[in-house]
Amino acid sequence: MSAINPAIVTIDNPQVEIDNLNLFYGESQALKNVSFGIPQFNVTALIGPSGCGKSTLIRCINRMNDLVDNLRVEGLIKIDGEDINHPSLDVIELRRKVGMVFQKWNPFPKSIYENVIYGLRIAGISNKEVLDATVEKSLQKAALWNEVKDRLHGSAMGLSGGQMQRLCIARTIAVSPEIILMDEPCSALDPRSTAHIEDLIRELQGEYTIIIVTHNMQQAARISDYTAYMYLGELIEYGPTNKLFTMPERKETEDYITGRFG
Amino acid sequence: MTKKFWRQGEPYVWATGLSLSLILMLTFLLVYVVMANGIGVFWPNRIALATLKDNSFVLGEIIQENIKPATGQKRLQFKIGNRDLYDLDFKWFNAEDIAAITYPPRAYLLERQEYGNFYGFLNQLELNGLARPDLNDKLEPLEAALKSIEPLQDEITALNSRIAEINQRIETIQRKQARLRHQGKAEDRQTGPLAARDQELQADFTKVVAELNRKKQELLQFEAVFADANGLIKRIPLVEIVRAIQPNTMNIFAKTGYYIERLRELFFAEPRESNTEGGLFPAIFGTIMLIFLMSVLSFPLGVIGGIYLREYAKDGILVRMVRIAVNNLAGIPSIVYGIFGLGFFVYGIGGQIDQLFFAERLPAPTFGTGGILWASLTLGLLTVPVVIVATEEALGAIPPGIREGSQALAATRFQTLTRLLLPMASPGILTGFILAMARAAGEVAPLMITGVVKLAPALPIDSSFPFLHLNRKFMHLGFHIYDIGFQSPNVEAAKPMVYVTTLLLILIVLIMTSTAIYLRNKMRARYSVIDV
Repeated sequence: MSAINPAIVTIDNPQVEIDNLNLFYGESQALKNVSFGIPQFNVTALIGPSGCGKSTLIRCINRMNDLVDNLRVEGLIKIDGEDINHPSLDVIELRRKVGMVFQKWNPFPKSIYENVIYGLRIAGISNKEVLDATVEKSLQKAALWNEVKDRLHGSAMGLSGGQMQRLCIARTIAVSPEIILMDEPCSALDPRSTAHIEDLIRELQGEYTIIIVTHNMQQAARISDYTAYMYLGELIEYGPTNKLFTMPERKETEDYITGRFG
Repeated sequence: MTKKFWRQGEPYVWATGLSLSLILMLTFLLVYVVMANGIGVFWPNRIALATLKDNSFVLGEIIQENIKPATGQKRLQFKIGNRDLYDLDFKWFNAEDIAAITYPPRAYLLERQEYGNFYGFLNQLELNGLARPDLNDKLEPLEAALKSIEPLQDEITALNSRIAEINQRIETIQRKQARLRHQGKAEDRQTGPLAARDQELQADFTKVVAELNRKKQELLQFEAVFADANGLIKRIPLVEIVRAIQPNTMNIFAKTGYYIERLRELFFAEPRESNTEGGLFPAIFGTIMLIFLMSVLSFPLGVIGGIYLREYAKDGILVRMVRIAVNNLAGIPSIVYGIFGLGFFVYGIGGQIDQLFFAERLPAPTFGTGGILWASLTLGLLTVPVVIVATEEALGAIPPGIREGSQALAATRFQTLTRLLLPMASPGILTGFILAMARAAGEVAPLMITGVVKLAPALPIDSSFPFLHLNRKFMHLGFHIYDIGFQSPNVEAAKPMVYVTTLLLILIVLIMTSTAIYLRNKMRARYSVIDV
């Protein structure tokens, strides 16, 4: 870890450990010396103004950035003590362990049922009973079961936006990840659907490690245990949500959360 | 006021509407001309008997009437047929020379194996040398007579196929002998039995040919004696008559029956009379098989190429240049493809195949000459850019979220491709396929030098081993149009057939593309993404 910084708390036994992470898109640097640890079975929120690198950061955790050309990562990310950028690591295994829900819901043009078991099919599981059970369990956890149980084989395209986003969460849960990354999952949803998803996140915490990027500070305050505030690619402050929102260490954080800036 | 007018862009809106309607009008005009001229070809016209003022007669169908520009006189064009008697099928007559026009019920229209239609009156039948002057005005005895010679005709057909079979055996033996000679084994233990078998077959052949000639002579004993409008006698062997009708006595049902019969002939029979009469079956078959082979060869290649360009190739100067090249390939004149096909496929690859596998038949080429395989490959080359571009565009149009979502669920790129991207891109790929197919169906120029012929002796698929003969030459509707329309000795008589062939080609393209469009719409309904 880098030098002790009072604004960044140290987590004991973090599940995800980010150490001196630097990220470059060609010449421009998007993340600068980011170091912090993320605790297991908690909800950690990343906040900050647009373009501060929150999304880029969480996309490093399941190596979604591999798809981007011309991108270079320096530094270390460890999950359960393992370097995820190590050449011997199988990125497929990593993504099975670290699921992701995107800002824009992206159900596949298949039935609801097929959407939920997509990850299982990819993994080669074809036992009908296992699949059926997984669909029910995942949809129940995603609080969607009651709404869709009668039309599991209907197209996922007939769902509303909020339902589609919950379907995407169910799809992620179905492959039993340990960590779920959420990249502004509610930014395109109406308040009611947002409340639905927030309830869901609160129910999932304790079972999964959730890392959520959000623009909405009230949301971060409501659902997260820890919050990280980023600005221009740097981690400004990180600590328990209560403390960060009530007694921020840094002036920049205070300005942002009180709305004087951002 | 005027400023607002220009700002709202009214004239531009009009211009867009105008250009669309222009395109539509031209298309409709083309289809209308083809339909108007093509659909009625097989409908039997009445036969007119014109009495001229010099007391001679003209018998035939009135094709058109107009005013002669030079003299301002009204004139009528008759299809007088009887090419063997008058040399000309069509003739113009000035209206003022015609005293009267009647439609005699006894007038016959004969479709013949040779010399086109015959218009005239039946004097008598001579069956097996026996004159039957009593059977002269009704159609039924003639039809019965035509039917009575059918068994004899069947026997002749059987003998013909027997001759073909013997020929094929002889050819096989001769090929074996040639191979032995080629291998320098003049005295092999096979040479003796082969020669003996060859002689046996030759003797068989002579016998069958003699039998055939006897039957043919016998068949010529059945004749009908006709007279033209002016009483000129014409003896026509019954075997020459394809169909005999008395159109002036036919009612609407009889005419419909005749029309359907002619359509059936069109679809299923071989052509006659240097392609201007008879059916189009070999050309229809050739066209469909050509497009089918072309699709099988070029479609997978194009799709795979498109996938590589979009999904796997690293975007750089090379890929960009390849993309530009692919797009420009579509602009190369098709004859250039034909020449390339001739040089590369026919002479290059075909010549090599001959050297390696058919050396004993040289210098007669087997694959080293135009054939349906080479023509399909040439057309495939021509259409593959369309498929590549369509595949690339279809893959590119898939929202990036789908790729990310799939990979975030631990799918590999390949799994994402096969399980999501390809099914989702399939409607777009099919669109490219439809365009490619339509383009291929209409191409004639590259085929003319890579294997299309005026009259193919055999279909590329038949019952003799190995059943699929990709080296064979073939017939094609597009070439057929060119051939009978511009290369035929009797262009005027071939005109109806040109329209019919065109109509048929348009119809085939329409059927094939509609099938593909139906498939595409099904795919589209299944794999469309709602983009909110």
